[in-house]
Amino acid sequence: MPVDTQSPILRVTGLNKSYGDRAALIDASFELWSGEVLAIVGESGSGKTTLLNALAARDKPDSGSVEFQLREGGLTDIFKMTEAQRRLLARTDWGFVHQNSADGLRMEVSAGANVGERLMALGQRHYGQLRATACDWLARVEIDPARVDDLPRHFSGGMRQRLQIARNLVTQPRLVFMDEPTSGLDVSVQAKLLDLLRQLTQRLGLASIIVTHDLAVARLLAHRMIVMRRGQIVETGLTDQVLDDPQHPYTQLLVSSVLQP
Amino acid sequence: MLKTNNTSEKTTETITSHENQAVDQHFNFAYLDERTKRMIRRAILKAVAIPGYQVPFGSREMPLPYGWGTGGIQVTASVIGPRDVLKVIDQGSDDTVNAVNIRRFFQRTTNVEITTQTQAATLIQTRHRIPEMTLTEDQIIIYQVPVPEPMQRLEPRERETRSLHGLAEYGLMHVKLYEDIARYGHIATTYDYPVLVNNRYVMAPSPIPKFDNPKMHMNPALQLFGAGREKRIYAVPPYTSVESLGFEDYPFEIQRWDAPCELCGSRDSFLDEVITDDQGGRIFVCSDSDYCETEQSKLGPSVVAPALSIAKDD
Repeated sequence: MPVDTQSPILRVTGLNKSYGDRAALIDASFELWSGEVLAIVGESGSGKTTLLNALAARDKPDSGSVEFQLREGGLTDIFKMTEAQRRLLARTDWGFVHQNSADGLRMEVSAGANVGERLMALGQRHYGQLRATACDWLARVEIDPARVDDLPRHFSGGMRQRLQIARNLVTQPRLVFMDEPTSGLDVSVQAKLLDLLRQLTQRLGLASIIVTHDLAVARLLAHRMIVMRRGQIVETGLTDQVLDDPQHPYTQLLVSSVLQP
Repeated sequence: MLKTNNTSEKTTETITSHENQAVDQHFNFAYLDERTKRMIRRAILKAVAIPGYQVPFGSREMPLPYGWGTGGIQVTASVIGPRDVLKVIDQGSDDTVNAVNIRRFFQRTTNVEITTQTQAATLIQTRHRIPEMTLTEDQIIIYQVPVPEPMQRLEPRERETRSLHGLAEYGLMHVKLYEDIARYGHIATTYDYPVLVNNRYVMAPSPIPKFDNPKMHMNPALQLFGAGREKRIYAVPPYTSVESLGFEDYPFEIQRWDAPCELCGSRDSFLDEVITDDQGGRIFVCSDSDYCETEQSKLGPSVVAPALSIAKDD
């Protein structure tokens, strides 16, 4: 792949976003490198999801730029692309895993059609191949391929989340956004999903950005983390470093308030 | 919008008594006022210029309820002229309630000549069928459309479907067909089968059987579509490519029947199944009544099947 490894896959510079008088995001800047997993942590209302939506071009920030390393063309500001380019990017090179699986899946069509949708959008027109690919991906996310024709509605919460992941990864994206992928699942299912995510990101060399309020998720998956508070990035660093030796008082509070079993 | 009436020498059906009413002077010609007709014609022109694109228009309240073809009626009212010859069909037949009412409506408001013969008509308003007989460049066929948006079932947000059309992102249509094959083993969509017009816009052909889809392709006639409730007009200009969607390993196919038409013996037309008695007796007859009668007349008067009267009463 002729991707420039000397520059980051994503470069974020000076993002600002406010809703009315309330600033939701203040001067956020960071870089993400290919194959890196970055966690964004912080309490509710700290601007995590606003930041994620801006990065994934789902919501335009008031100022600042988000540049993505295209397969051809180098770092390009996603808000300067045409809508058609942005949408193509969003369904090929990007993935987005929603907190609520109903937002990311088509609940009224089968699991196979959910996995195949992106491929069909890219012009694949062979039913047999689409189905084979769908079965293959279901197996990779540990869903029994025999359930390829079942509706996501008949899946458990954990399975839906895994189906959502399969649906996103089928086009071999290079960057995946995840918005609280494990919240709302019970603890054992969470552990299984985290294990799966860790394997997949490692094996596929995915860069990903995970928004979470759960520090254990960040510890398990992320190489680096960003701590947010009131719309501002207060601390960034390697995950272990931030969690074991927090510098900012807010991070210290956050780390110390986690229950230790 | 119309040319000289070159069909006047051809015999048209005798007008039955209830249809033979003087034109009602309380209405403007063809019911709609001239400005409304002009507005609709503008929408039609735009629709013709962008084949398959749904043009919004200010649909009017009509003296028939939604679902009775108010979109088609408004389009017909905007293009009809005093020298037009009108044919109205519903499910292929000229005699069903919807067709009879719309025909009467235009009789009362325009007093144009009416016909049941496909080749004699200059305007054909239709619900659910395209006539079997090949249309010509001198004809306009107007479809009544209940749901103009082919993706509505899978994507209810209109804002989103408009972007999908704008960017020609049609993966969703294949999701629907994929789902058909996954559930039924074949593409089970039998009517309103989605088509790609002029290699650009995916279009709902209105609830015609997919049997009729190939007739839309490169058709010499102008095809207009009106959706009254949804306030959309779209069009397929003459000689435009209309391709039915499919998969490489599950291509588009039309319906086939094992038996010929019981009345005229046709093997090429769309057949309706008609139940004839309480013992499970059933026959297949042409859905296009004009075509069936033409074929029967070729056979000669003596060969009319006994089931004819039953089928007619149905």
